[in-house]
Amino acid sequence: MMLDIINHAALGLVAIAFLFPFFWMVSNAVRSNVEVTAIPARILPEVFEWGNFAAAWTQLPFGRFFLNSAVIAVCVTAITVVVSCLSGYAFARLKFKGRETLLIGYIGTLMVPPLMLIIPLFLIVNKLNLVNTFAGVILPISFGTFGAFLMRQFFLSIPMELEEAARIDGASRLRILVSIIVPLSMPAIGLLSLFTFIGQWNNFLWPLIVMTGADNATLPVGLTLFQTQQGTQWNYLMAGATLSMLPGIVLAIILQKLIYNSIALNAGMGGR
Amino acid sequence: MAKLTIRNAVKRYGALEVLHGISVAAQDGEFVVLVGPSGCGKSTLLRMIAGLESISDGEIEIGDRIVNDLEPNERDIAMVFQSYALYPHMTVRDNMAFSLKLARRSKQEIERKVDDAAAILDLAALLDRYPRQLSGGQRQRVAMGRAIVRNPAVFLFDEPLSNLDAKLRMQMRTEIKTLHQRLGTTMVYVTHDQMEAMTMADRIVVMRGGHIEQIGSPLEVYDAPANSFVAGFIGSPSMNFIDGTVVDGGGALELEVAHGPRWPLPDKARSYVGRSLRLGVRPEHIGISEQGVQSQVIIIEPTGSDTHLQLQTGQQSIVAAVRDRITVSPGQPIQLRYDAQKAHLFDPTSGNRLN
Repeated sequence: MMLDIINHAALGLVAIAFLFPFFWMVSNAVRSNVEVTAIPARILPEVFEWGNFAAAWTQLPFGRFFLNSAVIAVCVTAITVVVSCLSGYAFARLKFKGRETLLIGYIGTLMVPPLMLIIPLFLIVNKLNLVNTFAGVILPISFGTFGAFLMRQFFLSIPMELEEAARIDGASRLRILVSIIVPLSMPAIGLLSLFTFIGQWNNFLWPLIVMTGADNATLPVGLTLFQTQQGTQWNYLMAGATLSMLPGIVLAIILQKLIYNSIALNAGMGGR
Repeated sequence: MAKLTIRNAVKRYGALEVLHGISVAAQDGEFVVLVGPSGCGKSTLLRMIAGLESISDGEIEIGDRIVNDLEPNERDIAMVFQSYALYPHMTVRDNMAFSLKLARRSKQEIERKVDDAAAILDLAALLDRYPRQLSGGQRQRVAMGRAIVRNPAVFLFDEPLSNLDAKLRMQMRTEIKTLHQRLGTTMVYVTHDQMEAMTMADRIVVMRGGHIEQIGSPLEVYDAPANSFVAGFIGSPSMNFIDGTVVDGGGALELEVAHGPRWPLPDKARSYVGRSLRLGVRPEHIGISEQGVQSQVIIIEPTGSDTHLQLQTGQQSIVAAVRDRITVSPGQPIQLRYDAQKAHLFDPTSGNRLN
């Protein structure tokens, strides 16, 4: 009983520590810029300025930022999922010479710090004349190896008999992947999609480097436009940040359901 | 329907040979059971027939086609797996229709075939359920349904009843046998359960260590086992084996056993006088009598229909299966008699049958 109380208290403290920055962002999003910087700081605003959201939205081309971010995040997620499923399946099930060595090399690339690749990637994108294009942002970051490894590990947990039954039923490798393996891998695909989408939705550096001009800015890049030489519009910046978080939260809620449902589905798998 | 012929089938994994030249044939419409202990190669052989394992050497022929290099779906076979291998994300109907959809059959044909199979297997009410909503027995029937809709030349079963409880296993045994009689399709069935083999097979193939030990009808294998391995493997409780030397005890032949009483032998053992011999006696051929082999009751196991007695004669453990109701207690000395005409004689070195 006592242990329960201590556990809950500890978990509660950690939860507060994690939630406070979000609370602070929302709290600052609905007060005046003067109140944001007022000392001593108040936990809740004195006057709720709900209009900040609309103001932030109209002051900068926020709709455009949203669209740019959405195109990039959706495309990168879609390509990553397809590529990861194909390569993960090859590493899990296809027998070819040098498979294990290739896999180790593949996983080894995870050790390379992404920042180290920024300059070479930019040079390549520049050579391909893709600077300031969506393709220039999307293509270099859509072929990560983490997804392939994640999918491989999940595919290995699917009973071999299902594939054998499908082979006897007349399914080709690709058909097995599409009709049997992928539907059963929704938890992993959901997880990969969620990580990739949120990662790209929040990606700041790469779009900043490849894209130029406010029209091509993504949300994280666009938000920085509230920071000017004349000072920072903290309240609008926070309102914009709050708005930019919404799609990620909605996606997380949707995919969470999908992940749970798929786990329930897998519980009935096979029967042994 | 088709004949299945396997000629000198060899399976190697690298340098390790696990099947050493298997030759066996299943006639058109025959129910052949491959039986043997774990690791005997029976499942490997079945998977080679299915095309899930390559054939290192030899030939497998289904109908009049050599199928060695054909893909599983080109072999005109259907397989029921131990784990059923139902697609968990598809309904029963979709599970059964999957192969037909892949073969691009018309919607009407698919519907008709699935409905026909569902009627045969009493699955009509379950067609819209998912595998997770079915009991073990129902899943098993769906797995068979998935095989039936393809109307294959040969059905392959890989220990399909292993995951069921004893009662359901008996029920499904009957269902599979009924299905066989109804469809008349050639079936190859793998099991480690000799009772399943005995009750279902037209012909049993007993395997051990990648070799075939004996092929025969259930009663042939039971009544005239080719060697002491088959004799011990087929039948429950297992056959008793008593090693000793044949002696002529003043007209009557007897088996002299080290540190134990002598066992009477049939006349057919006369040519082995002075030589060592392994006597095999089925538990049901042993009874209690006023005079006979001296032994002591160790454990009594009533099964209802008969009573199994674990006995000690000298240093030898013996099992007797007695039909009559008897009153004995552990530790009690009793005399055994057995039907010598039904004795099995084996070479103690090779294990081969002598009579």
